[in-house]
Amino acid sequence: MWKWLHSYADPERAYKLSGTLLPWFAMLAISMIGIGTVWGLVFAPTDYQQGDSYRIIFIHVPAASMSMAAYMAMATSSFIGLVWQIKSADWAAAAIAPIGAVVTFIALVTGATWGKPMWGTWWVWDARLTSELVLLFLYLGVISLYASFEDKVLAARAAGILAIVGVINIPIIKYSVDWWSSLHQPSTIKITEESSMPTEMLYPLLINIMGFGVMIGAITLVRFRSEILARNGMRPWVRELAKAEGVK
Amino acid sequence: MNKGISYTKAFSTLLKRDLQIAVRHRGDIFNPLLFFVLVVTLFPLGIGPEPQVLTRVAPGIIWVAALLASMLSLERLFKADYADGSLEQMLLSPQPLPLMVLAKVLAHWLLTGVPLILVAPLLAVLLHLEGNSYGALIATLALGTPVLSLLGAIGVALTVGLRKGGVLLSLLILPLYIPVLIFATSAIDAAGMNLPYDGQLAIIGAMLIGSLTLAPFAIGASLRVSTN
Repeated sequence: MWKWLHSYADPERAYKLSGTLLPWFAMLAISMIGIGTVWGLVFAPTDYQQGDSYRIIFIHVPAASMSMAAYMAMATSSFIGLVWQIKSADWAAAAIAPIGAVVTFIALVTGATWGKPMWGTWWVWDARLTSELVLLFLYLGVISLYASFEDKVLAARAAGILAIVGVINIPIIKYSVDWWSSLHQPSTIKITEESSMPTEMLYPLLINIMGFGVMIGAITLVRFRSEILARNGMRPWVRELAKAEGVK
Repeated sequence: MNKGISYTKAFSTLLKRDLQIAVRHRGDIFNPLLFFVLVVTLFPLGIGPEPQVLTRVAPGIIWVAALLASMLSLERLFKADYADGSLEQMLLSPQPLPLMVLAKVLAHWLLTGVPLILVAPLLAVLLHLEGNSYGALIATLALGTPVLSLLGAIGVALTVGLRKGGVLLSLLILPLYIPVLIFATSAIDAAGMNLPYDGQLAIIGAMLIGSLTLAPFAIGASLRVSTN
């Protein structure tokens, strides 16, 4: 049943496929983030409690939720790479890690700027914020472990094990606002029940969340392609590609 | 199929071997302990000797010093065995690797965790810890330090093949230590205010059981990566 998928483990086909997908991801990301951000920042109604400063939610929430999604994607790729020994999956994990770290950092910074007018402080040591900070450290640990091995096959395996161990942090972040009494507000978007948010605010937020997801996908594809080229520099198809580009 | 010696025998042999090696290099036991005592001593000098302040920060200081001491002592967990090749022999042995790893981690905990638990009450006296927090301090250390050894061993196993593993090791395992630190210090604080703290203890106990069952497999897999 999964046979068609296996052919994409081949670096050359993975490279070509990601090349075909890249413009679509990039276009979708630009248009969705564009629409979502303009809608959210200009047209969405003002919040009766927080005024206009709530509008940072249209950046903060997508970044925060996608930082967790990117981690899960990285850990899943690492798992596939470890269990089925598919090198493309290892490269994908290596491609996602720095992007996830940046998105986590964006979530922390926007959260701090939102916290200053609302809570009167940049930072509090409560469960949600601390666990998100731990997520950033986990990303940095994975990146530096991957960087510190000369042999990139070993590096991907070692970083993969660390990434899988760190998955334990993801449910902690997700449910921290429900488990502990936190200054951070509980989640407003719910999948099974009706969201506690008017639809004029919800739609731009959802568009931006998906836009961030697609954007991470697009940047991952760019990094994935360069990772494939870097790891396969000696293969004939890469040499032909380089020759076609006019590199000597 | 004849597997040579039984699992119990293999486990106890490795445990005894590690303990014997450590007893013959006594510095390995005492240096982390000395480090623990010294770090705790630095804090009253750094933040001032007022008893009220020290009472407030004592649980945190003791636990942070315990984290650092455990991390420093962990570095040598696999290093000598990796250097002289006995680690590879262990990987090649017919006994399951998680079991062997568990024996090594247990030996490490007996040598560094247990002395730390024994010294902690003395340091707590120096830091003017609340009288009714002592039980919580001992209980959290008894449940928490094995978790530190188990989680830390994953990071050590990942970096054992690297020449400069030290700083990287702290980046890898300190984030994993944070939950233990949070629940341990909140248990001690609760005990100081005469509140029940069995909830926090239960969570640390759950972490211990979780890491006891899962960490040996992660350590084994990491060792296989490191020794290639």
